[in-house]
Amino acid sequence: MAIDPQRVPRFGHGSRVPGWDEAADLSKDPAEVPDPATTPVPEDLRARIEEYMRRYPDPRSAVIPALHTVQDRYGWCSPEGIEQAACVMRLTPAYLLSVATFYDMLFTTPVGRNDVFVCTNISCSLCGADELFAAFHEHAGEDPEFNLRAFECLGACDIAPMASINGQYVGPIRPDEVPAVLDAVRRGEEPLPDRQLKYRKSTDPNAA
Amino acid sequence: MTKPLLLKGIDEPGLDTLEVYQRRGGYDALRKALSMTREEVLHELEVSGIRGRGGAGFAMGKKISFLPKGAIDKYLVCNADESEPGTFKDRELMQKNPHMLIEGMIIAAYAGGINRAFIYIRGEYELQAQKLEQAVEEAKRAAYLGEGILGSDHSLTLWVHRGAGAYICGEETALLDSLEGKRGNPRLKPPFPANQGLYQGPTLINNVETLATAPVIIRMGGEEYAKLGTAGSTGTKVVSVSGHVQRPGNYEVELGIPSREIIYGLAGGPPEGREVKLWFPGGSSAPVLTADDLDVPYDFDSLAKAGSMLGSGAIIVIDDSTPVVDVAMKTAKFYRHESCGKCTPCREGTNWTVKMLERIDSGEATPMDLDIMAAVQENIIGNCLCVLGDAMAMPIGSMILKFREEFEAHIEAARARNELATTDEAPPEALIQGAVA
Repeated sequence: MAIDPQRVPRFGHGSRVPGWDEAADLSKDPAEVPDPATTPVPEDLRARIEEYMRRYPDPRSAVIPALHTVQDRYGWCSPEGIEQAACVMRLTPAYLLSVATFYDMLFTTPVGRNDVFVCTNISCSLCGADELFAAFHEHAGEDPEFNLRAFECLGACDIAPMASINGQYVGPIRPDEVPAVLDAVRRGEEPLPDRQLKYRKSTDPNAA
Repeated sequence: MTKPLLLKGIDEPGLDTLEVYQRRGGYDALRKALSMTREEVLHELEVSGIRGRGGAGFAMGKKISFLPKGAIDKYLVCNADESEPGTFKDRELMQKNPHMLIEGMIIAAYAGGINRAFIYIRGEYELQAQKLEQAVEEAKRAAYLGEGILGSDHSLTLWVHRGAGAYICGEETALLDSLEGKRGNPRLKPPFPANQGLYQGPTLINNVETLATAPVIIRMGGEEYAKLGTAGSTGTKVVSVSGHVQRPGNYEVELGIPSREIIYGLAGGPPEGREVKLWFPGGSSAPVLTADDLDVPYDFDSLAKAGSMLGSGAIIVIDDSTPVVDVAMKTAKFYRHESCGKCTPCREGTNWTVKMLERIDSGEATPMDLDIMAAVQENIIGNCLCVLGDAMAMPIGSMILKFREEFEAHIEAARARNELATTDEAPPEALIQGAVA
C-alpha cells in the first residue's frame, strides 16, 4: 500500500514522528498464495480471469485484465477482490497490489461510482483545462458519487478542454457547463451529446 | 494540402464493421500479400521506405528483417499506448477503421513469420478497445485470423490487451513488461526486442499508424509509395495539431510540406491577433521550435536538422499569450508524474526541474538557477535505460536556450513583486500571474 502522506504523523516542525515507517510485523507469516479452500471466489469472476489467462503463453500476463475485472466488480481493487484474483491466478496478493499501485487507472482505495478524468496536460491546459478542473472540483470535489481526477494527456487534444466521463470522451466543455454535465451523469444520461467524441467527424478536408 | 491514404473516407458510416470495410476493398491487400512469398512482402515494405510513426522513426522493413528466421515463437505487438501529449492520431484510426490495423498486422506478421500478436491499447481508450475487440471477433469469424488464413499456411492469433494508465508503457520495453503482467519498467537494451522481447522471444513492435499503412503499401506497391514524401521520409503522415490553433485535429499530409502550411493552412493558425511563439513539432518530448522555424519542411530529416524531431507527429502550437515558464512547468510536471522511478537521473532530474521552475515562478530563483537547470537536463540525456528523462530534458533545455531572456524577466518580475508585497500578505502566486500576463 502506498504511504499516504496525509496519515503520516508529523511534529510541528515537519519531521516525521518515529515509528511511521515501521516494517511489517515479522512475526506474521509471509504473504502466501491464497488457499482455494478458504477463499471463496465468485464464479463469474473466476471464469473471466481464467478466460484471460488462457489468452497468453504466460498466464501472468492476465494480471492487468484481472485487476480491471476486480475493479469492475467491486468498484476498486479491494483487498478482498485482490485476494480472490490472486487465488485464481496462483500469485500472492502482494504481487497484484504491487502492479495495481503502478497504474493510474487502478484504484487501491475506494472511489466514487462515476469516473470523471479531466485532462490537464499541455494542449488542454492551453485551452483552459485548469479552469475546467477547478470548476469540476468546486461542484463535485466533495461528492462521494464522483471519482474526480486530473489526468495526464488523454489523447483528445482536438476537443480540448475535455474530460473522460465514465470512459466516454466529451469536449470541449466550458467551466459554466460543469453543473449541467454533472447533473446528466447523476441521472445516468450522456452529457453534452453534441460534443461526444464518438460522433465527431474528421477534420481533414479531404477525408470524405 | 492534405493527401489522405489512411484517413480517406474514414467517416463513412459503418466503416468499423467488416461488411463496409470489405465493400471498400478491405482485406484485398491481405489476399495479395498471401499470394506473394514472405520475402516479397518484406521487400515491398523495405522499398516503401516507411519509417516508424510512433516516435523513433526507425525503418519498418528493417525492423522486420532483424527478426531471426525459422520456426521459433515470435511475437508481434502493436503499440497502441498512444500517450505522448498532443498525439491523437491512433485514436481516430482505431475507432473509425479498426480493420485496417488488423489487416496491417496480419500482413506484417506474415512478412516476419509471426504467429502470435497482441494490441496493447492504453486503458483510457475504452471506446477504441471495444471497437477493436469487435473487429477482431469479426475477423476471426471470417477466417482472417486463426489457423491457415485464407487457405494459406499462415496462422495468427490476435488479442487486444488493455493497459491501465501509464505513459511509460508506450516505451517498447516497458510495454513488454506491462504485457507480461508486471509493473511497466523499461529494460536494458540490448538485447533489443527483435532478439529478446516478449516472453524472451523475438518481438516486432510497431505503432498503430505504421501497421495500418502496411495494407496501403501492399495495395499500391512499395515503389509507388516511396514516390510520396521526400527521399528520407517517404509517404504520408497523420499529423495531430492542437493547442492555440483555430481548427485542431488530425490532418494527413505528404511528408516534406512546409510546417507553416500545416499550422496555418490546415489548422488555421493561432486565434485572430495572436502570433505563434513556440511549437512542439513532435509531441511534448520534442525540443521546441520558434516562429522562425515555421518554414522548415515537415519530415524526419529536416526537423532533425532544425534541432528537433518529428516524433509522433503531434504539433502543439503555443501563442504569445502564454508565458514560456508555464509551458515548461506543465511539461516538467507531466514527466515527473510519469517517471517510473527506475533510473536515478530521470526520477530525481524531473523532480528537481519542477522544484526549480517553482522557484522561478515564486521569485526565489536567481539567473544562476537557469544554468543549474540547464545542466540538470544535460545530465539526464543519455544516462537512463529509456528516453523518458530525455523527453523532458530536450524540450526544457531548448526552452531555456531559446527563451532565456523571458525566463530571466520572469525571475525579476517575481522578485520585484515579492519585495513590494509585505511578507505575510497576499500569496505571491496571485501577484505573479498579474505580472506576466
